[in-house]
Amino acid sequence: MKKILKLFIISAIFNVLTLSVFAGSDGTIEINSKTNNDNAEVKDCFETINRGVFAFNQGLDKIFFKPVAKGYRYLPRPIRTGTSNALNNLSNVVTIPNNILQGQFKEAGINTLRFSINTTLGIAGIFDVASYYGLSRLDKEDYGQTLGTWGVKEGCYFVLPVIGPTTVRDTLGSMVNFTGGDAWYNVTIANDTQYFKNSDYYYSRLSTGVDFRAKNLEAFDSLEKNSLDLYASVRSLYLQDRQRKIQNLNETTETMNDDWEEVDAE
Amino acid sequence: MFKSKFFLFFFFILFLFKPLNAKEPSELINELVNEASIILSSSDPVESKIIRLNNIAELNVDIDGIGMYTLGNYRKTLNDDQKIKYRKLFKSYFLKSFSSRLVDYSDPKISVVSEKKINEKYTIVSTVLEETSKNPEVKIDWRIYTKNPDRPLIRDLIVEGLSLARTQKEEFKSIMQNNGEDIDYLFKSLEEFIIK
Repeated sequence: MKKILKLFIISAIFNVLTLSVFAGSDGTIEINSKTNNDNAEVKDCFETINRGVFAFNQGLDKIFFKPVAKGYRYLPRPIRTGTSNALNNLSNVVTIPNNILQGQFKEAGINTLRFSINTTLGIAGIFDVASYYGLSRLDKEDYGQTLGTWGVKEGCYFVLPVIGPTTVRDTLGSMVNFTGGDAWYNVTIANDTQYFKNSDYYYSRLSTGVDFRAKNLEAFDSLEKNSLDLYASVRSLYLQDRQRKIQNLNETTETMNDDWEEVDAE
Repeated sequence: MFKSKFFLFFFFILFLFKPLNAKEPSELINELVNEASIILSSSDPVESKIIRLNNIAELNVDIDGIGMYTLGNYRKTLNDDQKIKYRKLFKSYFLKSFSSRLVDYSDPKISVVSEKKINEKYTIVSTVLEETSKNPEVKIDWRIYTKNPDRPLIRDLIVEGLSLARTQKEEFKSIMQNNGEDIDYLFKSLEEFIIK
């Protein structure tokens, strides 16, 4: 029981700050696929409950995460940049295995080089020395994305307390982090090493979330202010974002295949 | 004599059929961004800024098209009166939402990175909203409807790969689904937003 609770807390910290704002009838959402016009429907299971949980998460964001993110903004820019760089560097320990699992061997090589250079010359990733040498930062990958690349469908969309919006596939992906898939988790929590403490892991996750929230304060305020149904907007954005990341889309041309044709014809 | 008359006639025809304001899509975005930047950095009262921003939107955005797209399949179920009412409400909603999103920025720096013609009807103009001390760099792609090349119109903004038009469409769909597919409820939501 204690172990499950621990996993839940870690998972919450891991997800909430990066996803809570992207939180998301027995409605269905249409997401276009990369190669054709097929629409994959993602079921919003238990929408009534999800909306309640979403409201709870919004409240939590207002009283805790948003004020903390605002405070973080007052830190000098070099400190924020250094923190952001170090956390990005740390995320490579999950990205690299996922690059390999998705067959992105070139990206895996670049990320490994970036991780090695930044961890050593860049002093634990605080300085992005690798970019200076021409190794630009690449997109992050996770186990949820890998499952998507392998053809696993999203399953139900749902909102978890604190954790925020997710799908069955993404939740399964997150679980891999806690069962050996995240080297940082392994050396801080799963194994008793003399170099790191459990708290190092929690602090890093918390900082990742605060950093992300601080970078998007205005964007989320604007979304909140201009949405007729914030829950539906967040759900749409979350699912679009996951789809784009799984397909590694860098261009927008593939997202143009919905019913504009019909609008023009009318 | 005949030759010079012919050339005069030829140039007259050219002039007649080539409007002076014909723009390339990236030129449209450049002009629009510059114009918005001048308005936002001016010391005018907020109300005046909003009016000027709305004028830009009305000229350069396909508000009616976006409105119909946003309604999804429900647009087929509307009668003529409902369509007229929806168009009017959507326009007010769109302009309010558009200006309130922008007016928070004092001087956004957006630069055009590239332009890609997808087909005869669409061109994507890629831009970057420059990093500030508070916010990271944001990639914004503008989906331009170029069916009439002399009057290109913006149909969607894709912010970091996320389509605002699609998000809006799914939001409206959710409102309809949760309220017995009753268009009056959507009208009510739009009205509430407009007078808010």
